[in-house]
Amino acid sequence: MIKLNLISGTRIPRNLLFGVAAMIAITAGMTIYVWKTRARAAGSVETLTFQGPVAPPVAGPTEAVTLYVADDDAGILRAQPFKIPLPAGSQQRAEELLRDLVELYTSKSAPHSLSPGSQVRDVYLVDTGLAVIDINSAFAEGHRSGVLVEELTVASMVETLAANTPGITRVKFLVDGKPRETLAGHADLTSFYDVAAVQQLAAELQSRP
Amino acid sequence: MQGQEYSGLLEVLEPLGKVSAKADNKHWKLRYNDLELEFTPNETRVRINGGNFDLSSPFLMQNGRGLVPVSSLGPLLSRVLGGPVTFNPASQRIFIGNVAVHFTAQILTSQNGPALVMNFSAPVNPTIATDASKLHMSFTHDPIVSSGTQTLTFNNQAISSAIYEEGNGAAEITILGASPLFANFSSDHRTITIAAAPALSAQVPAQVPAAAPMPAATIAPTPPVAQQTPSPLAYFAVVDASHGGDDRGAALTSQFDEKDITLSLGRRLRQELESHGLTTLLLRDGDKSLSLDQRASITNAAHPVIYLSLHAASQGNGIRLYTALLPSGGATLRAFLDWDTAQASSLARSQSAVALLAKALDDSKIPVRTMSAPLRPLNNITTAAIAIEISPPASGPAGLGSTEYQQSMASSIATAMSFVRRNLGSAP
Repeated sequence: MIKLNLISGTRIPRNLLFGVAAMIAITAGMTIYVWKTRARAAGSVETLTFQGPVAPPVAGPTEAVTLYVADDDAGILRAQPFKIPLPAGSQQRAEELLRDLVELYTSKSAPHSLSPGSQVRDVYLVDTGLAVIDINSAFAEGHRSGVLVEELTVASMVETLAANTPGITRVKFLVDGKPRETLAGHADLTSFYDVAAVQQLAAELQSRP
Repeated sequence: MQGQEYSGLLEVLEPLGKVSAKADNKHWKLRYNDLELEFTPNETRVRINGGNFDLSSPFLMQNGRGLVPVSSLGPLLSRVLGGPVTFNPASQRIFIGNVAVHFTAQILTSQNGPALVMNFSAPVNPTIATDASKLHMSFTHDPIVSSGTQTLTFNNQAISSAIYEEGNGAAEITILGASPLFANFSSDHRTITIAAAPALSAQVPAQVPAAAPMPAATIAPTPPVAQQTPSPLAYFAVVDASHGGDDRGAALTSQFDEKDITLSLGRRLRQELESHGLTTLLLRDGDKSLSLDQRASITNAAHPVIYLSLHAASQGNGIRLYTALLPSGGATLRAFLDWDTAQASSLARSQSAVALLAKALDDSKIPVRTMSAPLRPLNNITTAAIAIEISPPASGPAGLGSTEYQQSMASSIATAMSFVRRNLGSAP
């Protein structure tokens, strides 16, 4: 047995020695536990990739809007009412509207699926009635190829935007801020979409074949 | 330039393969498929994949364009393309490979009178124009060459001579007669028969081939006029097998790309249309890249009655028919059409054709859906233009590659197209 003596030569009581030893052991254990937990947390942060929208989620009162939702099985567009929170500014509102639509398409069991990572980067509203929708490259690169399936995406976005944003007469698509010939080999992205023409197309696409 | 004619090399190679060019301070580097060419301004020496080639005059740079002497174009292209290239500087014609088409001409007399029969070694499609008693055949895309004398004289009053000339990238044959002439194609465009126009046929509008099935396109004459008139329609349909080359289109299955299905379907459709007497030009007859603008330009130059763009999808059933969804376009200034909305004046005709085609396919019990689509080059076509998207059979997308399914679809579409032809009317 170890016997500790103070300089003065008085003996330390045994129960005090046990208490101090127990405290040292607990402190060491907690240190090891905290160290391991910290390392595990750091590792999991490194593997995360950001998937969500760039803008913070919108909070506040919800608003009734109509989204034109594509359905691949039926090959049609459906006008569906939704209640979603929207910001006040018209540009932010337009962005949020299309981001919600794309989020719907990237969710599991979506009636018209877009590839994971598909995003609307920005929507620009120009005074002359022009709206520019800038989608990311993952949206275009991962899009399925086909006349109808691409047309449904384009018509759904243009019609949703036009139906909820007054004054838009033309829509132009960009991919990562740059012009692109087609969405995925078929739907033309070089031209401006005339909203009146797309409304007529949306009417055609709302009727079952 | 420097007493020499020069040509932009990039522009010459662009239609032939994948080509790109970049310039740095000292060199102009061109990449054609897997070949690298390095030019130095004002020098004749060219590096081609490590080897040397000498131009007849120095290479020039002008506003970023690389220019080579026209006199060196033939040998240089031969080295780049790895095959025989014949270049005729006088006529500005380049033949790549052994593609020259030869012809013979002779007068044959039948009960209908004398006719000049011209036999070609490959199918040809000249632009034909009449001018009083002359008939001009201009071969802009056919590598016609004359193996003999430039002027053929026939001891015949009705058709006295034929003159062969080359120039400005084309060959032209002019037939001289005593009265208005007309041309008749046969033997799959390998034979052209030129004869005096019957008196009545001069009164027939010469826009669309006759409604009844016919073995070959008949070029009816236009009344004699002082100036050259454009040729009447030579093709009923231009069939465009969409995608091709680097553009695979949709990946329909692990085995089939859309470009493969559209090509094989296009070939079958051409055969079926021809068997119905509907003269057809297949725009892409191989796995090659054609830009959307090229497809539109070739179609517009061919002046067909209808343009059919073929597509295939892995979803749905039956056939989907599309007409152009026209964007808000620019203004049409007098004779100049806005490229993005060139289809505008033909859209009603396209929609009529789609309605007729849908009816005929529906009668054949094939599910059909019609709609508009933002699908180029429909909006750039100046005649009736339709896109046809084939869906898979009940067995699934793999069935798109089935010979029976493709043949059945091609046959149904061709039968429906003959119904369209009978009912569409001849007005452009």
